[in-house]
This record gives sequence, C-alpha cells and structure tokens, in this order.
Amino acid sequence: MAVRVQAEPFDLGAEAEAFADAASGAGAVVTFTGIVRDLPGGGMDRMEIEHYPGMTERALAAIEAEAVARWNLAASLVIHRHGTLAPGDRIMMVATASRHRADAFAAAEFLMDYLKSRAPFWKKEFGRDGAEWVAARDADEDALGRWSGD
Amino acid sequence: MIDVLYFAWVRERIGLPKERVQTAAATPAELVAELRAREDRYAAAFADLSALRVAVDQELTDWDAPLAGAREVAFFPPMTGG
Repeated sequence: MAVRVQAEPFDLGAEAEAFADAASGAGAVVTFTGIVRDLPGGGMDRMEIEHYPGMTERALAAIEAEAVARWNLAASLVIHRHGTLAPGDRIMMVATASRHRADAFAAAEFLMDYLKSRAPFWKKEFGRDGAEWVAARDADEDALGRWSGD
Repeated sequence: MIDVLYFAWVRERIGLPKERVQTAAATPAELVAELRAREDRYAAAFADLSALRVAVDQELTDWDAPLAGAREVAFFPPMTGG
C-alpha cells in the first residue's frame, strides 16, 4: 500500500511493471492513468495543479485504507502529481492487485471516485483566452453515493 | 492564534496563501464571519459558503465544527483531483 505525491513525472510502464512484480501472489492487477486533457477547442498551454501538502498525503492514505478495508487487496498504489503539466502529460495513476479481478477493478474505481472529490488538489487551465480554475463536477460528487450503504 | 490557509481561487481572491489569525471563533463559520468583516477581498472570497469547503487540522469538516484546540484551518473550493 503506497501513496506518492510528487511534482516529477512518473514512468507508467516502469511503475506498472514494478507493481505487478511486487504483487506476484495476486492473480489480477488493474491500473488506471489520468492524462491532462486539452481544452474542448484546443489551445491549452498548461495545467497547474495546486495541492495542500500534508493534508493531501493524509487524505490519500485514508482513502487507500478504506479501499483495503472493503476489498481483498494484495497491494495498491496511488501516484498523483502537482505543479505544471502540459496536455498529454500523465497526472496520476492508481494500481490495485487482488486474487481475482473483481476486487481490483472495484477498488481502483473507488480510489478514483474518492480522490477526485476528497483529495485536496485543484486544477487551473491556462489557454489562449486566459486561465480558469477547473470546476468540480456534480457527477463526481454523485459518484461517491454508489459506495455508501454497501 | 491559528494558522489560516487558502487554496486555489480563495487564495487568489484574498491575495495570500497563509496567515496567523488572532481569534476567539468557536467554529469555522464564526471565523469566516470575522474575516468577512475585515476587508472587501475577504467578503468577496467568502461570499458563498456553499461554493467552499473547510478543513480543520487537515481533516475535511463542517462549518459548525468546533475550533477549540485547532492549529490550522483551511478554506478552499471543491477539490478537483484525479
């Protein structure tokens, strides 16, 4: 179980390989990668991701602990970047390993749903027409509802 | 004294990331009321609390949570990670 918050890029292939190697007893590994999207009309110069040092690590660790409590996971990994990124850059990745795939898929979705709305990151997009903070989507908040009550 | 932190557009509107505040506020809502009364930039940042979130000592909490003994309060818009 690991959480990393970093400004530096990460190597998706190397991280996935190392994760799968370390979880060698598991029968299933799921990985998800978030990539910086360009603006709908194109022209995004950069994205800046701000975070709350200290709370970010605590929040991610708490979300990961909740996933471990709910599903039978052999391992999990969350990497999330902050600082300046360009369209196409990898922002974050989640990896989960379990004996059978259902746990790994569900836990990966749970980690994604929670870290979108409960980990203290804020994105600002810089385009041709100026800069704008990305607004939280109601759909992301609503997505948390499906995990309550089970 | 309590450390008050601002993030994202709250930080931009207020014009600083962090300050030490002398307060007797019992809750984040009371602290916001004190800050709003200070200057227009605070009133602008805290105009709509439904657009904001609050954390006390790095835990997301409610506007009427107790502040007694807290070291750090942070105000920010809804988070956009992932």
